[in-house]
Amino acid sequence: MASWPVLSVTVFLPLVGALLIMMLRTEDEAVKSNARWIALWTTVITFAVSLVMVWRFDPGSAEFQFVEQQPWLAGTIKYHVGVDGISLPFVILTTALMPLCILASWKPIQRRVKEYMIAFLVLETMMTGTFAALDVVVFYLFFEGGLIPMFLIIGVWGGPRRVYASFKFFLYTLLGSVLMLLAIMAMYGEAGTTDIPTLLDHDFPRNLQTWAWLAFFASFAVKMPMWPVHTWLPDAHVEAPTAGSVILAAVLLKMGGYGFLRFSLPMFPDASEYFAPMVFVLSVVAIIYTSLVALMQEDVKKLIAYSSVAHMGFVTMGIFAGNTQGVAGSVFQMISHGIVSGALFLCVGVIYDRMHTREIAAYGGLVNRMPVYATIFMIFTLANVGLPGTSGFIGEFLTLMGTFRVNTWVAFFASFGIILSACYALWLYRKVVLGVLDKPSLAAIRDVEPREILIFAPLLVLTIWFGVYPKPVLDMSAASVTALVQNYHDALATPKAFALERSSVPK
Amino acid sequence: MNHAAELPALFPAMPEIILAVGAMVLILMGAFRGNQSTGAVAGFAVMLLIAAGVVVAVMPSETSTTFGGSFVLDPFARFFKLLVLVGSAVAVVMSSEFLSTPDRARFEYPVLIVLSTTGMLMLISAGDLIALYLGLELMSLSLYVVAAIDRDRLKSTEAGLKYFVLGALSSGMLLYGASLVYGSTGTVTFAGIAQGAAAGGIGLTFGLVFLLAGLCFKISAVPFHMWTPDVYEGAPTPITAFFAAAPKVAAMAVFVRVATTAFPTVGVQWQQIVVFVSIASMTLGSFAAIGQTNIKRLMAYSSIGHMGFALIGLASGTVEGVQGVMIYMTIYVAMTLGTFACIIAMKREEGPVENIADLAGLARTKPGVAFLLAMLMFSLAGIPPLAGFFAKFYVFLAAVNAGLYALAVIGVVTSVVGAYYYLAIVKVMYFDEPAPAFVPMRGELGVVLAVTGLFVLLFFVWPAPLVDAASTAAKSLF
Repeated sequence: MASWPVLSVTVFLPLVGALLIMMLRTEDEAVKSNARWIALWTTVITFAVSLVMVWRFDPGSAEFQFVEQQPWLAGTIKYHVGVDGISLPFVILTTALMPLCILASWKPIQRRVKEYMIAFLVLETMMTGTFAALDVVVFYLFFEGGLIPMFLIIGVWGGPRRVYASFKFFLYTLLGSVLMLLAIMAMYGEAGTTDIPTLLDHDFPRNLQTWAWLAFFASFAVKMPMWPVHTWLPDAHVEAPTAGSVILAAVLLKMGGYGFLRFSLPMFPDASEYFAPMVFVLSVVAIIYTSLVALMQEDVKKLIAYSSVAHMGFVTMGIFAGNTQGVAGSVFQMISHGIVSGALFLCVGVIYDRMHTREIAAYGGLVNRMPVYATIFMIFTLANVGLPGTSGFIGEFLTLMGTFRVNTWVAFFASFGIILSACYALWLYRKVVLGVLDKPSLAAIRDVEPREILIFAPLLVLTIWFGVYPKPVLDMSAASVTALVQNYHDALATPKAFALERSSVPK
Repeated sequence: MNHAAELPALFPAMPEIILAVGAMVLILMGAFRGNQSTGAVAGFAVMLLIAAGVVVAVMPSETSTTFGGSFVLDPFARFFKLLVLVGSAVAVVMSSEFLSTPDRARFEYPVLIVLSTTGMLMLISAGDLIALYLGLELMSLSLYVVAAIDRDRLKSTEAGLKYFVLGALSSGMLLYGASLVYGSTGTVTFAGIAQGAAAGGIGLTFGLVFLLAGLCFKISAVPFHMWTPDVYEGAPTPITAFFAAAPKVAAMAVFVRVATTAFPTVGVQWQQIVVFVSIASMTLGSFAAIGQTNIKRLMAYSSIGHMGFALIGLASGTVEGVQGVMIYMTIYVAMTLGTFACIIAMKREEGPVENIADLAGLARTKPGVAFLLAMLMFSLAGIPPLAGFFAKFYVFLAAVNAGLYALAVIGVVTSVVGAYYYLAIVKVMYFDEPAPAFVPMRGELGVVLAVTGLFVLLFFVWPAPLVDAASTAAKSLF
């Protein structure tokens, strides 16, 4: 189908940019500026290349597309990549957000610009690779490889408690992931392959399913993050530089949800069904508890971080509802949250760059000096609340609808989350933006500059466009989601028949 | 060829013969020309090691035995011999600065390394207990002396003495174990023991335990690790680099060979021991390293931990597992040599420094070195996509496939604990404010660092050659 390896180019192009920046010597102003421009062009070109995939993508098919295969490790472990309707939106989300992140770091990052841009470009490769991988080992490689640049981004360019935050981030996620690695090996031992399409068709024995599900859960639940293993996220968010927070909230968290969709649900259907009540409980706790925690925050970034945990609760709930609405809603919710939470962190970044504090109490009445900013912030706040007409609404509505069909009580409690999210988000907005501007430090604050408007414009358009007309994302993923849900229910419906069939075939 | 009946075939042992003869020539050269010939002797020593390596590389790949079965040359031996020779040669190269200091220039140093390497090669090719002991002692005696080569420094002599006393004890245990095994099976050849061991018996079990205890000492596995931190810290840094790489490889090779060829029939029994030793080493290695401030001591605990990880492969007792050990040791050698190249280069105007805190802000003062060292640290921690991940991947894969789930889980958890202190080094280099810069790195250290750093960084691009070679080599044991 593709005459050139468009997917591999998307994945590895940022590395080329990183190499180019590495070639630059010294660290004067000209070099800094060159590094920025190279990073920007690399990410923009990568984005353009990834759009080629949207163009050529056949949304009617649930098969993997743009597949590439190369022998790699000895044996059956291959370099195998491809995308379907579930992974492609995430690839596009990543490539689309990267140029915005580079732009957002244009002025705030003045120290060690070269290394910063290299770290971001390497991170982009790791993230797109994670979503594109069609071999579990390749997936793991990209999934874990992303830790290194993120560790450096938080640790080198972060806030005062950056060392603590970066270590916590790294070790927490690593601990979850190594257990997943063992499960991957056990799957390899059982099925004799690490090829994801083959594994998707493999019927794992019940016992292995249970353990492997738990091991994958350990990794993805930390990454999502789900309550109660979410504690690394507020620290990491608070300490990371703005663009780091954006990537963390918008893309890295989605790896967990993507993992559930790619591995847990289709590969271990019995275990997924068995553990679904547990996931529901954890999701509901996350939605209600972390929303309440968010209400008590004094730090803008921390508040948004907790709200991310709550929103991810909707995602896990929708995924394990196991029906079309729930799963499609989860995919949509993740994409929407990627845009909205990313934008919210950028909003915080705007005022942080001016005032160098994230304390809610330090602000107030910004609307008087920053009317444009106030408007932008309001739209994203409302999208975060899930107001109809914004993208946030569609995802929450679909996941709730999907869950409602499976478990009314879960949906009932989860819907409180929407009310609570309105509480904390509007409270934050009132404290920071509305009211009288009486703090002398804010008297000279400037409104958003053109560079910042350039960053916000595409996000604003997407938020409202997907809120009014969510069809593009839903259509892109529809075939894959339907196939996934279909397989899930088939697998649940036929275990006994299968067991008989197996035992009746003499070996 | 006509005299084949009287004279054993010497060709399989050619690398050892080259090294042994070469070492004697070098001794003569040193004896006649004194310490001013140190540089030349070191140069020749490197050439000898390389020559031996070339011979190993071009030897036919089929298995051959000589000296009445005492000496085995198979793909397994060739793999490990190449690794040992590379490790030794790089260690001599990295010593060039040490050897050019006037009061430390001793020509015995390279000669002892060559002799020790000869012992290692014999050890790797050992086909019976006698050859094993011969090789082990030749290796160890030379090591005791080089540990104390900086004889005017108290710490170095202390390290040498400590190593000697504990090493002698472990050799005694090994010998005692060997005699018990001989007593209960009536033979010293590994193949014979494998047959005789099928009957089992208390004497054999005791012999096995003592034998393995002696070998554990050489690879510094817990609970026979006590000498490691002190010797690592006390010995001159280039020597420590040598200790950390080549002898461990050789001892690990013979450990694997003894376990799989001499005692395959009592696999259950040595498996228990290896599992315990492996868990103990990984746990101690990762927890004890956390509190270290001296980077050489830290590397000592790190190496203890890594031996534990490598033993996971052996514990599974399968071809896959042995393959895992071989991949692990290869990558371990590369990571260790690269890290020590950095440690040797930790030097200010007033002299060498060894504290982790001295690395502060290296990313600002020497970005290239810091980057490569950071990659080595992430690799030691086993973070993908660096080489260290693949090392761990193959041993854990073998363990999981052999059903050793508990061992694998403990292994991955300790690897996360271990990741903490490797990260701490990265943190010091990247997050902290710069300390005074080091003096420029010497060329040969830079080359070693660059080659090993790029190896761990780019290993994932084309891992197949090493994996295939290890697979072929591992199959020759079974």
